Amino acid sequence: MPAPGAPRTFDVAVIGGGMIGPAVSLGLLERGLRVCILDEGDDVLRVARGNFGLIWFQGKGFGMPRYVEWTRRSAMLYADFAAELKDSTGVDIGHARPGGLELLLGEDELAHRQHYLGQIYQQGGGANYEVEFIDRKQVADMLPNVTLGEDVIGASYSPLDGHVNPLFLLRAMHTRFQQAGGTYLPHHRVSGVRKDGDAYTLDTEGGSVSAPKVVIAAGHGLKTLGPPLGLDIPIRPQRGHIMVTERAQPMLPMPISAFRQTVEGSIMLGVSAEEAGYDDTIDTATLHTIAARAKRTMPQLGNLNIVRTWAALRVLTPDKCPVYAESDSHPGIFGIASHSGVTLAAANAKVTAGWIAGDPPPPEFEAFTVERFHDAPA
Amino acid sequence: MSEQACDVVVIGAGPAGMRAAVTAANEGLSVTLIDEQTEAGGQIYRAVARVARTRPADLTLLGPEYAAGGDIVLELDAADITVLHGHTVWQISQDGTVWCSDGTKAKSITARFVIMASGAQERPVPVPGWTLPGVMTAGAAQILLKSAAMVPDGPVALYGSGPLLLLVADQLLSAGADIRVVAETTTFKDYLNAAPHLLGALPASKYLKKGIALRRHLKAAGVPIIKAPNGVSIEGTERATGLRIIGKHGQTFEAETILLQQGVVPNTQASWQLRLDHAWHAAQHYWYPTTDRFGATSLANVFIAGDGAGIFGAEAAAAAGALAGLGVAHAAGNISAAARDQKALPFIALHKKAAAIRPLLDHLFPPPAHILVPDDATIICRCEEITAGQVRDAAKLGAPGPNQLKAFLRAGMGPCQGRMCGLSVVEIMARAHGKSPAEIGAYRIRPPLKPLSLAELAAMDDDTPTP
Amino acid sequence: MMHRRNTAGERVTINIDGKNVEAVVGESVAAAVLAAGAGATRTTPVSGAPRAPYCMMGVCFECLMDIDGIPNRQACMVSVTPGMKIKRQAGARTVGGAS
Ligand SMILES: Cc1cc2nc3c(=O)[nH]c(=O)nc-3n(C[C@H](O)[C@H](O)[C@H](O)COP(=O)(O)OP(=O)(O)OC[C@H]3O[C@@H](n4cnc5c(N)ncnc54)[C@H](O)[C@@H]3O)c2cc1C
Ligand SMILES: Cc1cc2nc3c(=O)[nH]c(=O)nc-3n(C[C@H](O)[C@H](O)[C@H](O)COP(=O)(O)OP(=O)(O)OC[C@H]3O[C@@H](n4cnc5c(N)ncnc54)[C@H](O)[C@@H]3O)c2cc1C
Ligand code: FES
Repeated sequence: MPAPGAPRTFDVAVIGGGMIGPAVSLGLLERGLRVCILDEGDDVLRVARGNFGLIWFQGKGFGMPRYVEWTRRSAMLYADFAAELKDSTGVDIGHARPGGLELLLGEDELAHRQHYLGQIYQQGGGANYEVEFIDRKQVADMLPNVTLGEDVIGASYSPLDGHVNPLFLLRAMHTRFQQAGGTYLPHHRVSGVRKDGDAYTLDTEGGSVSAPKVVIAAGHGLKTLGPPLGLDIPIRPQRGHIMVTERAQPMLPMPISAFRQTVEGSIMLGVSAEEAGYDDTIDTATLHTIAARAKRTMPQLGNLNIVRTWAALRVLTPDKCPVYAESDSHPGIFGIASHSGVTLAAANAKVTAGWIAGDPPPPEFEAFTVERFHDAPA
Repeated sequence: MSEQACDVVVIGAGPAGMRAAVTAANEGLSVTLIDEQTEAGGQIYRAVARVARTRPADLTLLGPEYAAGGDIVLELDAADITVLHGHTVWQISQDGTVWCSDGTKAKSITARFVIMASGAQERPVPVPGWTLPGVMTAGAAQILLKSAAMVPDGPVALYGSGPLLLLVADQLLSAGADIRVVAETTTFKDYLNAAPHLLGALPASKYLKKGIALRRHLKAAGVPIIKAPNGVSIEGTERATGLRIIGKHGQTFEAETILLQQGVVPNTQASWQLRLDHAWHAAQHYWYPTTDRFGATSLANVFIAGDGAGIFGAEAAAAAGALAGLGVAHAAGNISAAARDQKALPFIALHKKAAAIRPLLDHLFPPPAHILVPDDATIICRCEEITAGQVRDAAKLGAPGPNQLKAFLRAGMGPCQGRMCGLSVVEIMARAHGKSPAEIGAYRIRPPLKPLSLAELAAMDDDTPTP
Repeated sequence: MMHRRNTAGERVTINIDGKNVEAVVGESVAAAVLAAGAGATRTTPVSGAPRAPYCMMGVCFECLMDIDGIPNRQACMVSVTPGMKIKRQAGARTVGGAS
């Protein structure tokens, strides 16, 4: 028993109970480590509650082939990850990989998309880059219950794309974490991390915790927690709006980058991108833009009711690719920042956790450094 | 852009909103009054002008308090105000832009000031079986009576507590309904808790007298008024067939219509969406946005009047409406502080007098524990069909408050947007975590305040209405 | 479930699930449907449970019905109009437009 007031000790202290922290923690528990997750309270920035739920491959990794590989790896691990969560917790996270579409409205969008995906293909994806272009007729065949708007001329398609119910994923990970003996500590916002002998002490509003290894998976919290610990990761918030309709009969058999029908039947519509600092309030003009485009793409959505909207803040690095890094100045402190934390949850549970536990890093991580943002451009 | 501009947008055409609009207009401000109903009157004076026109005899049935609403509606008709009936407000931004829709096309109105007078709703009453057809709120039955002269067929049972319970029972009785029982949850302890507030309630003794008269009238007609301190459950599978009183001597009363009433609570969707400061009403267990006597809120351009800022009833709501109108007139620079305070005097007095009864009522008719923290099997989120037990489990999983809970369970994500489960979730989580509801917080409310169609939103800025 | 104690006012004919019934101008669709003797006015998309109007003032969303071809409208907030076609809903609504 620790003396009263002494920090509770763990093998690994994970800061952040959003998307990345719990995924990594599950893998750490599987390796027999004692893990705690320190999290904030209720009404906070937690992108894990505000995302679109896509497990998305196409278009990822522009300028960074390693990110293409890492995304592919997670997409391939997802089915097993989902099955394990269901077996252990009973929560069905609604994972499916039926392939995904990005619909293209007009020749300009097609040309732009061809150019963009072409670059990813050329930078190393090569012959096995699993993305292709299909025409309007092929799109119509894939979406038999949809009457496409006149402007839809085709789509980019990847068989690796899929989706998940991100909220049930969050709940399943939290349930599994506690089942497997992890300690979840809400209302433990970390204010600072100090070196204390062989371990680190984390000071929080709810008392202190001590561990030799610390994973900072705090989303936007990394911005302030990282620099004093040698992890100066220049992340910024980028706002995205999402709207959700009432439940409807099944209509979309596969996710489309801005349209996703959930297992419950609601259709999610998204996703905008604005630079608005940390303001996560709704901008009505953006809702209008999303609605207008949705109606142009699938006019039959017109009389569906919008029941909810929200805006959430992406955790973006300058090149939009992830960071997985251990601090040089503070060994044992790991920082993880990525957009697409849903997509990467399976890889984080299965592979990232091993790296934190002491395995050699997976090959992809050579690209996900902090230094890339600080080295002078060649 | 179909955007319009005016000095003041008033949301809600109940006593508070109508009076606020008229007062502000009389002080020289341009006013737009928006209400989602097709007629003026709000909840209490619902359809009053139409009733007076088409079936004046019903004014006697519904009582003089109801008939009094006709005067405010006339004042409204006479004033120079743009009134948008059948328009639902679905978003208000902090800068004073109000978005509404008439069901075909969304539009925005920019205003220097917004007065929210969106009133109250009845407290949801989660008892076993409350989702069955045949079960509705007492207020719902009253609305049917006022707006459609409708009376329930077959046997009727009422359950709950408070003034509206007896009022509706009495109105329905007079209208010919077959009332089998009124089951009250008020306990002896509630009487003890309320006793210290009796003296303070004397200025409003007419309400006390009315309550006594209602009770006497019901009893004289042979309606049993019984105690149900442990709650009730509703029998039936496809629809309600009876009301069972829980307890040692629990009887079951046959009923096809079961009416529930446990007080009314402020409609706080819009005030939360604006992220105004709120406080928790400990006796009545509801949130209210904090305001000063003129209805000023934590946002300089937003005022709130009427039951939306705390439950004080219709007469107080009308007075609060006048005060908010004066408050805005001063804030807009149309009248001096001295003139405002002078004109405010009679309304402050009226409000004080009408509100005097509240501490007594608040303590005499608290929502009982079996409603606040229902049994595990009782549904609390009607839209997503989530039970109280599921909420407790999510709390055990570490969900610190309503927003994480919503993510875990989908409670609050259906079309009612948390209006039915919001207070229950707060209360159950507070118990589970050993905290006060004020510490637990509330759902974060985002637009749309009410669902609107994708087409309405898509058509927002063009001038052609969608089909 | 409900009856009119007084039918003063202008009458209109509306159609509920294929049956013509009389209603009075100013009434909400939900009121007219209750007077026409409905039990449930919809079944839920979650479990298929039967539901009927609960609040009559636009807050509970239990009264959702298909009104003039548009599903999920709040029947308690819409007034009857001549010739209006009203249908009960079963489970999740459909999204019209395709085969
Ligand atoms: C609009 C939008 C749509 C998206 N759609 C997708 C999608 O379709 N697919 C996809 O893969 N990704 C998507 N994402 C991105 C994805 O949601 C994020 O990448 C992911 O949630 C990031 O996980 P995280 O754990 O880093 O951050 P979060 O999920 O935000 O979690 C961070 C956690 O850390 C806690 N925290 C912060 N500071 C501290 C502190 N000091 N102490 C303790 N705890 C702290 C927070 O409370 C929070 O719980 C989307 C993002 C947005 C904004
Ligand atoms: C069902 C019910 C029955 C009641 N019956 C009685 C009674 O018989 N006697 C009594 O003394 N008290 C009664 N009350 C209490 C009632 O709250 C007050 O007496 C009084 O009506 C409060 O007046 P108000 O102006 O504050 O709000 P209300 O009268 O409630 O008026 C609010 C108005 O705002 C409108 N509104 C709300 N949200 C929006 C939106 N988003 N967009 C557009 N419009 C909106 C509503 O349609 C409504 O007309 C009842 C309350 C309820 C809920
Ligand atoms: S009956 Fe509650 S919204 Fe219509």
